[in-house]
Amino acid sequence: MTYKHLIKTAITGLETNRSRSILTIIGIVIGITAIMLVMSLGAGAQNLILSQVQGLGSNTIAVIPGLVSTSPSQIAANLYSDSLKPADLTALESKANVPGLASIMPVVLGSYTSSYQSNTYQVTIFGGTDLVASIFDLTPASGQFFTSDDVTSQSKVVVIGSKVASNLFGNDNPINQQISINGVSFQVVGVLPSSGGGSLFDFDDMTIMPYTTAQTYLLGIKYFNRLIIEAAPSANIQVVADDITLTLAESHNITDPTKYDFSVQTQQDLAARLGIITTALTWFLVAMASIALFVGGIGIMNIMLVAVTERTREIGLRKALGATDRDILSQFLIEAVFLTGIGGLIGIVLGSTLAYLISLGLSYGLGLNWQFVFPWFGAVLGFGVSALIGLVFGSYPAHQASKKSPIEALRYE
Amino acid sequence: MDGEAETIALADVSFTVRKGEFLAIMGPSGSGKSTLLHVLGLLDEPSSGTYLFDGKNTYSYTGDELARLRNEKIGFVFQSFNLLARTSVLENVKLPLAYSNIAESEWNDRAAKAIESVGLAHRMKHQPDELSGGERQRVAIARALVTNPDVIFADEPTGNLDSKSGKNVMSILQELNEKQGRTIILITHETSTAEHSERIIRLIDGTIESDEKVVNRLKATDEYIK
Repeated sequence: MTYKHLIKTAITGLETNRSRSILTIIGIVIGITAIMLVMSLGAGAQNLILSQVQGLGSNTIAVIPGLVSTSPSQIAANLYSDSLKPADLTALESKANVPGLASIMPVVLGSYTSSYQSNTYQVTIFGGTDLVASIFDLTPASGQFFTSDDVTSQSKVVVIGSKVASNLFGNDNPINQQISINGVSFQVVGVLPSSGGGSLFDFDDMTIMPYTTAQTYLLGIKYFNRLIIEAAPSANIQVVADDITLTLAESHNITDPTKYDFSVQTQQDLAARLGIITTALTWFLVAMASIALFVGGIGIMNIMLVAVTERTREIGLRKALGATDRDILSQFLIEAVFLTGIGGLIGIVLGSTLAYLISLGLSYGLGLNWQFVFPWFGAVLGFGVSALIGLVFGSYPAHQASKKSPIEALRYE
Repeated sequence: MDGEAETIALADVSFTVRKGEFLAIMGPSGSGKSTLLHVLGLLDEPSSGTYLFDGKNTYSYTGDELARLRNEKIGFVFQSFNLLARTSVLENVKLPLAYSNIAESEWNDRAAKAIESVGLAHRMKHQPDELSGGERQRVAIARALVTNPDVIFADEPTGNLDSKSGKNVMSILQELNEKQGRTIILITHETSTAEHSERIIRLIDGTIESDEKVVNRLKATDEYIK
């Protein structure tokens, strides 16, 4: 039998049993829909995170203590590392060492209980310079940012996040009020607007102050938790990062790169690392959705086996009229692959439509900068996998059909 | 061990059918006549003994070769018609051609001719459930004829039909035998049907009880006119 007629026969077979065919493909449709949905939303989330990282300015470079963390214990060790010292700051600011450096901001971090009158709130202290406003694109909703003079003079002034303001002050105006952090009084000079929760860097729970103030009055340290550097717009970001690495290596007197007690990260590095996380999450969800596909495949096998029994007479007749085992095998296999292939196509359309509607909801409902992504890879993979499922789960029933003896089949009532 | 008691359907059966002969095999149910037809029609293989089809021992054929022989040399007509439901008369008759080597361009022509030869040209586009029992059996005969086979095996072809339709089917089979020289092997348990043939083999308990010529052969066309 020619392929053309095998396909024609298979289509006729599916049409003759239309309602059963539809029920059979539902499992596949659900599986592929889930995969398409997860892959599209995963790609959308990745784009959103990347756009926020890029929003920091692609010319931003971070120096953090310790080498890139590979384990939780190392992350903790790096947090308390004192490897970034004031001498490093001086060395990096020298034009001879890092010609492409435009500005540098030391950062110290801490966590303390703050209070105002009878209200208390746990806050994260972010100690920086006046540059924090431009680097993170922060504009106070009321009041203003502290100045470089405040940094030099170690002024006890703070800019508080929206949640800090609402928890400590309720509806009162916090500007020029004194709050107590770890028993030390600070004057509130600015309040940040709410970030809306969709931002990667959430300043809502933070209290920002000059790093010098935080070092002296709260942390009692001379070192920094990180350095944030802005490269000059014309500078090659990788060259600047390399200059920083060399300068720090010399300043720390380390020659072996594997022994570096700091790491230099560009936005590209950060984006790549965040990308790995979202990709891993997406594939995890795809694996979950694949279970639905597998169950769908078993459903196909079950229904096909029933169909083979039901159509015993037809098989016997075809064999009596000259069909070979191979003809019968192909007929049932093509039917199965058609079923799952059609299920796959419907799933692709349904899944991407749902993902599109959800992305509309996310961008208009939550005000996120969410963009719909059509997962081409998911579509190709989904279609391939569903056709493969037809082939795998259809082959046993098709084999059973082809091995039926024609007389047994014809006798079957 | 499959637990089933072994049953011997046929034993010690030996006979020859000439090309162009019209043979009837008779016997009560359980006499082995269906098994014999299945062996003769290459649907089943005997567990021992030899069967020469067209002068060649069928034992030497592969499964695919047997399928080819069934397609090219043999036509089947069954008691229960075995037409594909929800499929037109034309498509049903074309079914064997799909498994043949005959070029597709000839299919419609051949099928139409076969349908005309059983007098159903006006029913070409109908589906089996729109036809009477007699018409359905004639479609089945057209399907058996479409590959132009040498032998037609008819398994109780009139068993599900009223006597008038049955006579009509028998007249078609006699005509195929006499005018076109096709070998017909008919299975029946009715003596009146068997007497349309030239020769009757009677089976009882899997062995041949008698094998004799029909003396007063019935002519279906004569009866039909009456």
